[in-house]
Amino acid sequence: MSGIFNFQQVINSIQLGSIYALIAIGYTLVYGIVKLVNFAHGDFYMLGAYVAYFTAMFEISRKDQPNVIIILLISMSTGALVAFLSNRIAYRPLRYKPRLSALITAIGVSLFLEYTSSAMPFIGPSFRPFPDVIQTKQFHIGGAVLTNYQIINVAIAVTLMVVLTYIIKYTRVGMAMRASSQDKDALKLMGVNLEKIIDFTFIIGGSLAGAAGLLAGITYPRINPYMGIIPGLKAFIAAVLGGIGNVTGAMLGAFIIGFAETFGYAINSVIGEGIAYAILIIVLIFLPQGLLGKKTGEKV
Amino acid sequence: MQPVLKLDSVTHYFGGLKAVSNFNLDLPEGVLWGLIGPNGAGKTTIFNLITGVYIPTQGKIYFLSEDITRYKPHTVVSRGIARTFQNLRIFPTLTALDNIRIAGHFRMKYGILGATIRSKDFYTSEKELTEKAMHLLELFKLHDRAYSPAKSLPYGELRRLEIARALATDPKLLLLDEPAAGMNPKEVENLMEMILWIRDHFKLTVYLIEHHMKVVMGICERIKVMDFGETIAEGNSSDIQNDPKVIEAYLGRQKNHAKG
Amino acid sequence: MKITKLFTNNRKLVLFSVIFYVVVDVLHLTGVLNDYWIQITNVALINIILAVSLNLINGFAGQFSIGHMGFAAVGAYTAGTLTTIIWKLGVANSITKYLLFAVALILAGVAAAIVGYLIGLPTLRLRGDYLAIVTLAFGEIIRVIINATGYVGGPRGLLGIPKLSNFTIIFFVTLLSVIIMRNIVFSTIGRALKSIREDEVASELVGVDITRYKVLAFTIGSFFAGIAGALLCHLLQIAHPTQFGFIGSINVLVMVYIGGAGSISGSIVAAVGLTFLSEFLRLGIDNLNKIAPFPVGPEWRMVVYAVLLVAVMLYRTAGIMGGREFGILVPEEEGKNATGSQA
Repeated sequence: MSGIFNFQQVINSIQLGSIYALIAIGYTLVYGIVKLVNFAHGDFYMLGAYVAYFTAMFEISRKDQPNVIIILLISMSTGALVAFLSNRIAYRPLRYKPRLSALITAIGVSLFLEYTSSAMPFIGPSFRPFPDVIQTKQFHIGGAVLTNYQIINVAIAVTLMVVLTYIIKYTRVGMAMRASSQDKDALKLMGVNLEKIIDFTFIIGGSLAGAAGLLAGITYPRINPYMGIIPGLKAFIAAVLGGIGNVTGAMLGAFIIGFAETFGYAINSVIGEGIAYAILIIVLIFLPQGLLGKKTGEKV
Repeated sequence: MQPVLKLDSVTHYFGGLKAVSNFNLDLPEGVLWGLIGPNGAGKTTIFNLITGVYIPTQGKIYFLSEDITRYKPHTVVSRGIARTFQNLRIFPTLTALDNIRIAGHFRMKYGILGATIRSKDFYTSEKELTEKAMHLLELFKLHDRAYSPAKSLPYGELRRLEIARALATDPKLLLLDEPAAGMNPKEVENLMEMILWIRDHFKLTVYLIEHHMKVVMGICERIKVMDFGETIAEGNSSDIQNDPKVIEAYLGRQKNHAKG
Repeated sequence: MKITKLFTNNRKLVLFSVIFYVVVDVLHLTGVLNDYWIQITNVALINIILAVSLNLINGFAGQFSIGHMGFAAVGAYTAGTLTTIIWKLGVANSITKYLLFAVALILAGVAAAIVGYLIGLPTLRLRGDYLAIVTLAFGEIIRVIINATGYVGGPRGLLGIPKLSNFTIIFFVTLLSVIIMRNIVFSTIGRALKSIREDEVASELVGVDITRYKVLAFTIGSFFAGIAGALLCHLLQIAHPTQFGFIGSINVLVMVYIGGAGSISGSIVAAVGLTFLSEFLRLGIDNLNKIAPFPVGPEWRMVVYAVLLVAVMLYRTAGIMGGREFGILVPEEEGKNATGSQA
């Protein structure tokens, strides 16, 4: 197969989409409950990538074979911890202040994480190559090339999404999360501590973003402290496209953006870079509630 | 006589839910009529339809014979309909004076250029506006508060400020949405007097939504009762008080409340 | 338009400004202030235009734009391309070059205003956070377009722009911009904008055409951002896509919120304060690097910004000025209404 629309592009799209999906879920979960666009979310992803990098380098320096699962768990914990701390330190005190205050604070937290990382001598502002954690293997399917990295990437992402869906649908805390994005007062009456649920939401979102950081590190092996800005923005666009607050929508939106970008880049770089923004503007004008979101009206 | 406001079989749906069903009204000039009904009966929706916040699914709305059904809120206001809100909607960080002055906005005789270069029209127009606003503040005994941010005013004064702000648009029709909400019996007494005084002093037509039976029964010349979006009764206060459907709507609901 | 009247109607403000202007000039001539500090002062003045114009959109009209430098980019590239082309023709002499610059500045403002209008129009239905994302995306789109346009230098930037900005021009353009925006704020237009910020529904129901005024805020705000962009690129003699990127926009945003949303005085104080702070931090970091045993990166400057922003939001949400204005900036006819009151 040749030309722009070939099987290789489909593989690449799915892989890019799965990274966006993991980030987008965190955006949508947090927005669903606290109505905050957490600008720092992309930076949780960046930190996940750096922690993965240092863990891998450490294991390699000891001549060990890096263990992807251990690196994954460390990345996820880092994302979760930073997300939890951001919420406690910066967002929680502003919970009942105007929403814009929290939004501006989120921008501040984002800048803080990016530039503090960048200022650290052991991280620095420039790109670093991400090490090979395993031996690369290639599989040829038709005319397309599939690497074992891509398989690991998609397998981890899909597993995490399945686990998340299970947590949200079937566990007590998941149900409380869903309930609190709909009716906070009812939640209070039921004796559920809203702040605990919010903490939990940040932890889940942060851990998925951390995981996405590792996946991005192994598949696009160049990392820097500002790597979270653009994917964060694109993942947010995915969340809006799917219908903000809706987890299935976020995943759907992420894969749509993944496909649109991959095929856009195949045409030329301007379309590839710009298509997500064009999608955002079109969605907000014609379908502001997103693909799977509900329409809401203001009460007068 | 031509009615000031006419609603012709107005129906409104929210999603699939019928909020107002076949509502009719012919409001003659100079009257003070009321609309009552239990919570969620669709009263505020009627006000939102009249003022252009919502566009009715079916039916027509006429103001002084002009079809205003699809007008935007600011256009409706410029035609001469002003309203207050069930939950106070003042501009909290603006001064009391600015809260009133903003209501004269659509009548200002200068534009962006006039403001920029401080034209003659700017000064005359601003002076006139400020004097008029001060006069209104004085009428409502708020002149001491002219330069205070509205959020620093006590509740009773805010209620008056909101009414003064509505009047500053020079309306011919005033819509009051539960003006007695949150007031004690003494304040309610004063409010009733004030509403009558406003009607006479400003030569207005007043249409009032109220939950508070005493206010409606006390001052409204004619009353309409709504329940679940339907008009269930209409008449003067004694007609309404003795109407079995009204009693059912109010007391029946209370019984259910007691059970639930 | 009677521009002279703008100066005669604001005697105190103009007097104060002229004194400031003369003092800076004298200090410059006597060598107390070297070219380096004059350059920083110029940047601070341009930042005043940027911060006040963003404040018009964010602080007064209550919209939330975080792509302000995108509009500045439109102005910079419009004016920069124009003057560079004409400069190369060699037709401009010492007098016509300033005429050329005046035309370029106005065109920069108009071009940015048109873009601002076009952005404002469809995004009106969006509130707060959604609007933020759209303006952010808009800034990115501008960057992508500039990078892809070889004619204006693409990712290398537009080079060789004639140096037409100087302290005098920047100073008087800034003064005029501030007075115009101040006059708009203290008028029925400013009140309409503030009422939209406070409560959109109530605003519409006292007769304000909120759609029109939101677009107007975007249009005016971007007009002045365009002028600021044009001043900047004729000062630095380069227009570069990264100057106008996300970080640049965030810089302006930080000025607005640290100074106080809804306060022109606050934006002025913060624009000047943060421009100089930024420079002091840069110098401090340079000096620290001479003695520190490990490298101290220039990134610490942005860390300080970030901490300041979060701290202001947590402990003084209303910013330094908290919505108040210096008396000198309040028109006489406003009197007690503006000085004694605003929260």
